[in-house]
Amino acid sequence: MHEMGIALQIIEIATDSIPPDAGDVRVEKINLKIGKLAAVVPDSLRFCFDAAVKDSPLEGAKLFIQALPVVARCRDCDAQWTINGPAFTCENCNGGSLEILSGRELDIESIEIVQKDEHVS
Amino acid sequence: MFLDTFFRIQKYYHHDGSRHSHSHSDSNGSGITTKKSGAREIKVVRRVLDINEKMADQNRTLFTAKGIFVLNVMSSPGSGKTTTLEKTLSQIASEINSAVIVGDICTTNDADRLAVSGVPVVQINTDEFGGDCHLAAHVIEKAVGGLDLDDIDLLIVENVGNLVCPAEFDIGEDARVVVLSVTEGEDKPAKYPLMFRECEVALLNKVDLLPYLDYDKQKAIDFIHQVHPGMPVFEISAKTEEGFKPWIDWLRGKVKDKAEGKEHSA
Repeated sequence: MHEMGIALQIIEIATDSIPPDAGDVRVEKINLKIGKLAAVVPDSLRFCFDAAVKDSPLEGAKLFIQALPVVARCRDCDAQWTINGPAFTCENCNGGSLEILSGRELDIESIEIVQKDEHVS
Repeated sequence: MFLDTFFRIQKYYHHDGSRHSHSHSDSNGSGITTKKSGAREIKVVRRVLDINEKMADQNRTLFTAKGIFVLNVMSSPGSGKTTTLEKTLSQIASEINSAVIVGDICTTNDADRLAVSGVPVVQINTDEFGGDCHLAAHVIEKAVGGLDLDDIDLLIVENVGNLVCPAEFDIGEDARVVVLSVTEGEDKPAKYPLMFRECEVALLNKVDLLPYLDYDKQKAIDFIHQVHPGMPVFEISAKTEEGFKPWIDWLRGKVKDKAEGKEHSA
């Protein structure tokens, strides 16, 4: 539901990341890492992003979203495993004190730019 | 005191999205990589919400300097947040200097109800017609401008009714509380795990209705503990104020700890 706000933030960061000396370029791709526990729906984010970049310097840019699994570590027994459902107890010792190692990410990794006159397949 | 504050964010709606595949390439360590296709990849490595997180940290620093305990109260619409806060304020307002920021998409109805307690209330409307689904840190920063922070020990933020988005946005709070009511499904914690992971305590509200419902209370508590083992669950009725003591004691303890922390750091 808040994907538009996130899309606008991505656009801002991507625009700021274009090197000032890059010349006349367009952004072809934005690489994101989104954890499965983040409150973001990738398809909604793409929908909002495509709408928000229309008639902007980022028009035509595509989001590449790498979904990251929810990985937890047990603070009691040090076990580490991937969580696939809404159960947050240790698989090994049944403990409840977990550290979430990944799954909460909402990161912009890189942008890919091309010269405007170049045609890139 | 009653302040009527509006923040609006323009929204856009449009067409489809599409998927793209990722091509691999080698990095030369400069942060810019030229790929086979001729495209240049520029390393960014930033959290998308880092601006919100920075603003939240600024809010937190300010609240800590003033010794204010900030509570972010979240729930689905209709779980009884406002009634719970009305009753909470009526019990503590005489002993704890409190203030409330209340977020809704539209109307000032909740602020009107909470203002009856006599504490300062700031209403935030994210839009008159279909605005943001959560409160972000910059909105809180603006809203506290309408409050005298030297006169406050407890700031309660009643977030927009929504179990998804508010969990993603740090506003600079000390603790998060989720309100769940027994007229909702027992499995809500499993359906909205992030919210129940991110909150420190849960209030299970409307327990006065249990005799009239087929609600399996233990099942709901089990779901909460499946998602967040050890999470304190206070069973309350905002209508009858049944079960309020442990909740109020928890709140009182938190406010005291925060105020003492300020004295220690001073």
